[in-house]
Amino acid sequence: MKILVCISSVPDTTSRIAFEEGNTRFAKAGIQYIIGPYDDYALARAVELKEANGGSVTVLNVGKADAEPQIRKALAIGADDAVRIDTEPADSYSVAAEIAAYARDKGFDLILMGRETTDYNSGVVHGIVGEMLGMPSFSPVMELNVEGSKVLIAKEIEGGKEKLETSLPVVLGCQEPIAEWKIPSMRGIMGARTKPLAVIAPSAEALTDVRSYELPPAKGAVKMIPAEDAGSLIKLLQTEAKVL
Amino acid sequence: MSVLIFAELADGSIRKNSQEAIFYGAKVASQTGGSATVLAIGEASEAELAKAGNFGATQVLYVKKEENIMAYAKILTEVVKSTGSTVVVAARSALSDAVLARAAGALKAGFAGNVTALPDTSAGFTVTRSIFSGKAFAQTTITSDIRLLAIKKNVIDVTAGSDTAPVETLSIDTSAEDGSAKILSVEKATGAVSLPEADIVVSGGRGMKGPEHWQPLLDLAEALGAATACSKPVSDLDWRPHHEHVGQTGVKVAPNLYIACGISGAIQHLAGVNSSKVIVVINKDPEAPFFKAADYGIVGDVFEVLPKLTAAVKAL
Ligand SMILES: Cc1cc2nc3c(=O)[nH]c(=O)nc-3n(C[C@H](O)[C@H](O)[C@H](O)COP(=O)(O)OP(=O)(O)OC[C@H]3O[C@@H](n4cnc5c(N)ncnc54)[C@H](O)[C@@H]3O)c2cc1C
Repeated sequence: MKILVCISSVPDTTSRIAFEEGNTRFAKAGIQYIIGPYDDYALARAVELKEANGGSVTVLNVGKADAEPQIRKALAIGADDAVRIDTEPADSYSVAAEIAAYARDKGFDLILMGRETTDYNSGVVHGIVGEMLGMPSFSPVMELNVEGSKVLIAKEIEGGKEKLETSLPVVLGCQEPIAEWKIPSMRGIMGARTKPLAVIAPSAEALTDVRSYELPPAKGAVKMIPAEDAGSLIKLLQTEAKVL
Repeated sequence: MSVLIFAELADGSIRKNSQEAIFYGAKVASQTGGSATVLAIGEASEAELAKAGNFGATQVLYVKKEENIMAYAKILTEVVKSTGSTVVVAARSALSDAVLARAAGALKAGFAGNVTALPDTSAGFTVTRSIFSGKAFAQTTITSDIRLLAIKKNVIDVTAGSDTAPVETLSIDTSAEDGSAKILSVEKATGAVSLPEADIVVSGGRGMKGPEHWQPLLDLAEALGAATACSKPVSDLDWRPHHEHVGQTGVKVAPNLYIACGISGAIQHLAGVNSSKVIVVINKDPEAPFFKAADYGIVGDVFEVLPKLTAAVKAL
């Protein structure tokens, strides 16, 4: 089975978000970047499927050279080779178009990625890729099993989950508990240094453009209520906050 | 601009978040001098569908229940083309992610998700969207001829009128999509309030000590008519089902009231709840970071505080 896993490189989930240059750019200084947490689940499941069934895992990132530590980490976790499409990821459509342009005619059975990135939270790249390649796409997938060409998945729906059967090839947006995040072993890290990482020129255009950024207004001070008098909170929620 | 709103149906009526999307779409239509057409796929009576007019829709196009999400996307794409729509609006959800995404691919349309305000159409088409799980906003211009918007839930204040909209039933051939998926089973939490749409959420963390101690939290949720949620470690430990997990890697909620019981308030947890209008935190540790994000706080033992709150709600 030939698997493609698309990963984003995003600010660590504890990062302080700030903007610079008149609020037109994300302030990268001091930010630690990680593999997108949802993409990390997709990668972990891909490596498990490869270990169980054989085949290969290729990891793809649309990004500049500063994403390479994240790509090497994915190789250390168990991907066999990597591709970086050398452009700043601009929007969902262009990222999907880059992925589709690369994946077309390469015969991938499974294209996996996270349900969304944790920076822009758009959640549509998998579906756009599926449409562009004429493959079905499903998200957010919480369980994934492959039996021959049959693909059994459970995906989240409003307030529950739906199990369905589809077939290879397919594009899936993943989330927990599809697999547990994997931590690279020392051997994996050593091996990753020499695994192939191809850099490819971009070809797609973006359909959106961010004009400026802003931060939400600061939260007011918290009002503390003594535990002995906890019941009085309910009155405040009714008369002051007006949410009951 | 001709606006098409993709509305989701649940239990025979238009979902609350989709009502917000219709209201938003109708505002865009009136702002730009166009029509607001609703596309609904699923099961609902004509009378229920006509209520889309309460939120400003001028027409409803209805397609009877389809099982397969690929068919939904195909229908949306066809209807965008046949109505000549240039703006497509939906409430952000797992379903709309899948459907709008495929339509974006098919129509070469720019997409903006988690939109929080009406567009500026004075020069081009610019919307505000929430990014970094609610930690920032981005003013985003969509440059394509067709624009797709997913509206963040519970940010559009809806005022409903009494107009109804005419309903037309369409039939669109989706047989080409038949092979792509076979639904095997659907599990839904029955009777419970749906978490993503709930007005009130009562949520428990590791401070609840174990699944056998959840009853006081469930009692409060029941008294308030609230949905229940939990932190990630709680669902990882299987104390509560995975679909209750909120946060950066879980469900994003935006209720009017979020009550956190024994949750420390890690930044990844806050990322899923910081769009709540009012946050109440109950924690025995006065230094718990969650208090900094709270509107009301109680320093105390959840097992003493929760029954008092439930009693006070019942006494209202
Ligand atoms: C990449 C990444 C993504 C993540 N995504 C998420 C996510 O989506 N959602 C999420 O929730 N977490 C997420 N986490 C985990 C997050 O960092 C925290 O570990 C988690 O939120 C802590 O859960 P908790 O508050 O339930 O537990 P703890 O941090 O253990 O807090 C328990 C709290 O309960 C209080 N307490 C204990 N006993 C009582 C009592 N009797 N009465 C009152 N209070 C009591 C304690 O004072 C403490 O504050 C993520 C982490 C990473 C690295």
